Amino acid sequence: MPPRIQPPKSAKNGKGFNPQKAKKGTFKRLLNMLVSQNKKLLIIIVTCIVITAITGVASSFFLKNLLEVINRGLDYVNKGSTGNQALDKVLPSLITIFVVMGSVYLVNILCSFIYTRTGAVLTQRFLHQTRTAIFNKMQSLPISYFDSHKTGDIMSVYTNDTDALRQLVSQSIPQLLSASISLVTLLVLMFSYSIWLSAVMFLGIFVMFRVTKSVGGKSAKYFIKQQQALGREEGFIEEMMQGGKVIKVFCHEEESKKEFDKKNEELCEMATKAHTFANILMPIMGNIGNILYIFVAFVGGVLAALNVPNLSVNGLTYDTVSFIIVIMAFLPVSRQFTANVSQSSQQINSIVMGLAGASRIFDILDEKPETDDGYVTLVRCKIDENGNIEECEERTGHWAWKHPHKADGTITYTELKGDIQMFNVDFGYVPEKIVLHDVSLYAHPGQHLAFVGATGAGKTTITNLINRFYDIADGKIRYDGININKIKKADLRRSLGIVLQDTNLFTGTVMENIRYGRLNATDEECVAAARLAYADDFITRLPQGYNTMLKADGGNLSQGQRQLLSIARAAVKDAPVMILDEATSSIDTRTEALVQKGTDRLMDGRTVFVIAHRLSTVQNSDVIMVLEQGVIIERGSHNDLINEKGKYYQLYTGAFELE
Amino acid sequence: MKVKRQSKDESQRFIPVIKQLGKSVREYKKPSFLAPAFVMLETIIECLIPWIMTLLLGVLEIASDKGTLNPDAFLVKLLHFLTGGAENPSYLLLILEFGAALMVLAMISLFCGIKAGKYTAIASSGFAKNLRKDIYYKIQDFSFSNIDKFSTSSLITRLTTDVTNVEMSYMMIIRTAIRAPFMIIFAMIMAFTINADMALIFLCIAPVLATGLILIMVKAIPFFNKIFKKYDALNESVEENVRGIRVVKSYVREDFEKQKFNKASNEVKQNFTKAEKLIALNTPLMNFCTYSGIILIFVIGSIMIISSENSLLQWTELQSFMTYSFQILMSLMMLSMIMVMIIISVASARRIAEVLNEQSSIVSPKDAVFDLENGDITFENVAFKYNKSADRFAVENISVEIKSGETVGIIGATGSGKTTMVSLIPRLYDVSGGRVTVSGRDVKDYDLETLRNSVAMVLQKNVLFSGTIKENLKWGNKDASDEEIFAAARLSQAHEFILARENGYDTMIEQGGTNVSGGQKQRICIARALLKKPKILILDDSTSAVDTHTDALIRQGLKKYIPETTKIIIAQRIASVQDADKIIIMENGTISAVGTHDELLAKNEIYQELYYSQNKMQSTKGGKE
Repeated sequence: MPPRIQPPKSAKNGKGFNPQKAKKGTFKRLLNMLVSQNKKLLIIIVTCIVITAITGVASSFFLKNLLEVINRGLDYVNKGSTGNQALDKVLPSLITIFVVMGSVYLVNILCSFIYTRTGAVLTQRFLHQTRTAIFNKMQSLPISYFDSHKTGDIMSVYTNDTDALRQLVSQSIPQLLSASISLVTLLVLMFSYSIWLSAVMFLGIFVMFRVTKSVGGKSAKYFIKQQQALGREEGFIEEMMQGGKVIKVFCHEEESKKEFDKKNEELCEMATKAHTFANILMPIMGNIGNILYIFVAFVGGVLAALNVPNLSVNGLTYDTVSFIIVIMAFLPVSRQFTANVSQSSQQINSIVMGLAGASRIFDILDEKPETDDGYVTLVRCKIDENGNIEECEERTGHWAWKHPHKADGTITYTELKGDIQMFNVDFGYVPEKIVLHDVSLYAHPGQHLAFVGATGAGKTTITNLINRFYDIADGKIRYDGININKIKKADLRRSLGIVLQDTNLFTGTVMENIRYGRLNATDEECVAAARLAYADDFITRLPQGYNTMLKADGGNLSQGQRQLLSIARAAVKDAPVMILDEATSSIDTRTEALVQKGTDRLMDGRTVFVIAHRLSTVQNSDVIMVLEQGVIIERGSHNDLINEKGKYYQLYTGAFELE
Repeated sequence: MKVKRQSKDESQRFIPVIKQLGKSVREYKKPSFLAPAFVMLETIIECLIPWIMTLLLGVLEIASDKGTLNPDAFLVKLLHFLTGGAENPSYLLLILEFGAALMVLAMISLFCGIKAGKYTAIASSGFAKNLRKDIYYKIQDFSFSNIDKFSTSSLITRLTTDVTNVEMSYMMIIRTAIRAPFMIIFAMIMAFTINADMALIFLCIAPVLATGLILIMVKAIPFFNKIFKKYDALNESVEENVRGIRVVKSYVREDFEKQKFNKASNEVKQNFTKAEKLIALNTPLMNFCTYSGIILIFVIGSIMIISSENSLLQWTELQSFMTYSFQILMSLMMLSMIMVMIIISVASARRIAEVLNEQSSIVSPKDAVFDLENGDITFENVAFKYNKSADRFAVENISVEIKSGETVGIIGATGSGKTTMVSLIPRLYDVSGGRVTVSGRDVKDYDLETLRNSVAMVLQKNVLFSGTIKENLKWGNKDASDEEIFAAARLSQAHEFILARENGYDTMIEQGGTNVSGGQKQRICIARALLKKPKILILDDSTSAVDTHTDALIRQGLKKYIPETTKIIIAQRIASVQDADKIIIMENGTISAVGTHDELLAKNEIYQELYYSQNKMQSTKGGKE
């Protein structure tokens, strides 16, 4: 049994672990999964466990034979032989027993060696398979999944649930398998010894099962409650840690301590109950075992004293001496039996938690992946003077949409220009609540479009529809004249350079983070992109320049610096269409002016969608669209809109608040 | 970085770590002692039971007329004593008596086991509770620089996972770690009492098993340490991925990420497999020792019984030897597992001790001043760096005088030291050089709470807590009346939008304040600070998301309704500061200019540049303000 290891959890969001009971059929599915992926290893392991369990029982079996031989030896002594003479007479039988015993044990040790080692391999392989399956699945899930699930909850599947699964697979299942084989073997053995004594055992086992069910059940119940209390406390801790500085500024330490104490007491209460029930299960089972042991000896003794003949599946024995041998041989068997039952009962918590974990893992695996029925792909191409497009491998700076027509099997090529049009688009994150109403827009190649509007007006939503993070409810979006639903998602997104509102960087060097935009970009290209985004300046001042490691989402950089990096990342991608969603919101106005020069060059000749809070960021756009509650209420150039004296004008003059 | 490493080295030593953590046991000392006491009792009885069992079997044997008993044997004497030397005692009665005695013992053992289990649970859960409490309280007393030193996520891990690990260890220590050695000792004693020669078998096998187990542990532990790091990295990368899923999808990097994850997961798998393969040796090793023991007991025992004609060793004693051998070897096995658990949790214990040992760098002075009269502020040649070993000062050569009731604007590029400078006023950080005074006294002379209650700072990175709007506002003053709350909210232009909400002031704010807009959040935060009725109010870029009109209304209100309060406004917008009595321009950690709007506009280049870049907009405003 390997020790329990709780993988260190990194920072968690939200409530974290949210225990629930496992769904029906989870265990079956888990077994199927385990079996289908690892047949060979499993056959080896199960065979070895079975052999180990059966041979493990053998010691009890040999004891009876041995006692019989010893008894025979003592009989000789009683009949007048000296001890050594008696020993000589029974020596061959003794040697036979020892040799058989030795070989059986050798097999046992060998099998246990094989199954534990192979088990370690299997467990880790299975966990690796499961982890990768979850991760791969996660990569295919639509953005809406991530909207509706907290990071902390998703993380806990990788940490808590996988760990619970490890317990289940590496300990509980083999333990249960081994125990049940042992139990069956021991049962056979017991019946072959004495039916009377077996009956006593049955009574005891019945009690043991009842106890396991009630005490173990309570323990499992409180374990789940403990996990819930822990989740609540972790949520509180997280909130307080993140607001740590505010607490200090307001001298609110005492109040926060008080609130913490309340949650902490609650957790302690649940933990005490859960652990009490878990802790007392073992002594209860152990002592039921003891009592049973005594009871068997006692009943056997009384039966022997009363000269009641022994009854076994082998028939009746009237010999009291051999009855005592039976009792003595029966006792270790009964001990082994109860030990097996009580050890299995210890697994109840692991099983409940493991199945609940497996159930959550299956929930993720069962999520519906992002659908992609697109068949139009993006290819590099050459364009001759006549405008004929020819597909090619090398970098030409030109791209084309490759459009196979199923009807006649022909392929047409359309040059990628960056012409995006939306016709009467309706959209809602949930069907009941439409957030975009009848949105139409026309972005001609090279045009710059800007969206202005309050938080929740739908600015980001529109761009999320262009890259198909979400699918529209009604209407049509055309990209270079092609319905975007026909374009393969990966190719569609490859053609769009996006700087998102939240800058997410990845663990790795600054250079690697910029290269994320295009994996085969050279160092020079990355540096050039950084210069364009005005990020070169601060990067070169970092301790290791471009090789500085960024950790925990670039925590060592300011928000503004991170925005500059994510602009550089988009610049490296060099896509014909750009979407800048509040890309410079955290950069001070002076720096923004400098960045703007770079981004102007970046945006030159491309179709660009800009979302910004600061009107100064958007006022040079060709078309500005003012959104209000999912409807475009005004559109036109800066001057048009100012002259119109509508909402934009009011926003501009500060009469309205942009939020 | 350097400082951090140093403190880690200090807490590397094991004993101080244990001592530090031990302080958190407190009121749970009693259960912590009772638990092992009951465990000990339970263990003794568990060892007695097989022995008395042997006696019972002996009685059975005599009853069946089998025994050629040595008259000196303990049992014979005992029987003689029990029956008063009767020639033909009632064996049935004897069996009943022994049975009853055993039953009583089992009951006592059960009682002790339950008590031990319960006290263990109370002690370990209570210890964990105190530990969490101590860490949490400690963190509450941290200064800003303490908080900066540990990241938020690492503090959370210490409060959760690390405490759980230590709790598990503690439970094991007071229960199993006591039980196992006792079990070994008592089982040994009993075995020697029954037959010393046979008991020697244990003395031969136990060291073999112990050596084997220790070898396995020693080999496996480095792997486990490695696994922790890899596991941590794996989880971090998943988390990063979940947070950045939009970036991943935008850049079509799903396959790239899958490969990355697969590689990392595979590394965890390989290390884990190696470690577990080693640990897996425990079972066959254990089996080997147990079975060797059994065979030896059988071989030597049976030879001894027959050749000594059942006098040196009773054949009934054979099974109790088997029981003891199981008990001893099982206990060794348990010990080795506990060792692993403890070693694993040592890392956690160290991390916890690191927090508990951290000394808050800012505390109230001994004879603190509790009176703070007015909002005068002076900076006298102040310098500050966040880290002692840093080469550059974050701010230096700061000298400025601010009169009570003045409005001061601070303007400058990101990273120019604006926030740093004002953080020194409520002593969020201590100056590295020079002196900051408030109301004519060094800020270090004041009681911290007095100072911070007089200096209200609205942080740039502000946070609302889950609870109603009113509850959040009451952070400023928990005894504030509704009228006071409304007044503060009116002043920060928050009253109207709060009332427009369905539940008004009782609207629930979600964690992180996600259900109010940025500008609304900022205005609630300002109201919260105003409720403190401060002598000095610092707004650190606190109206960036508020529109210019409302921004102006807030400033007018502050001027009109709290004229005695010194107001320091950090802003990006010139408009936010241009009416100030004094505008400070920060550049690269120093004050580059101080003056009024007109003065600066006349001669300061940076200010002119800022003004004109922003004024392009304002010129088209049509004179509206």
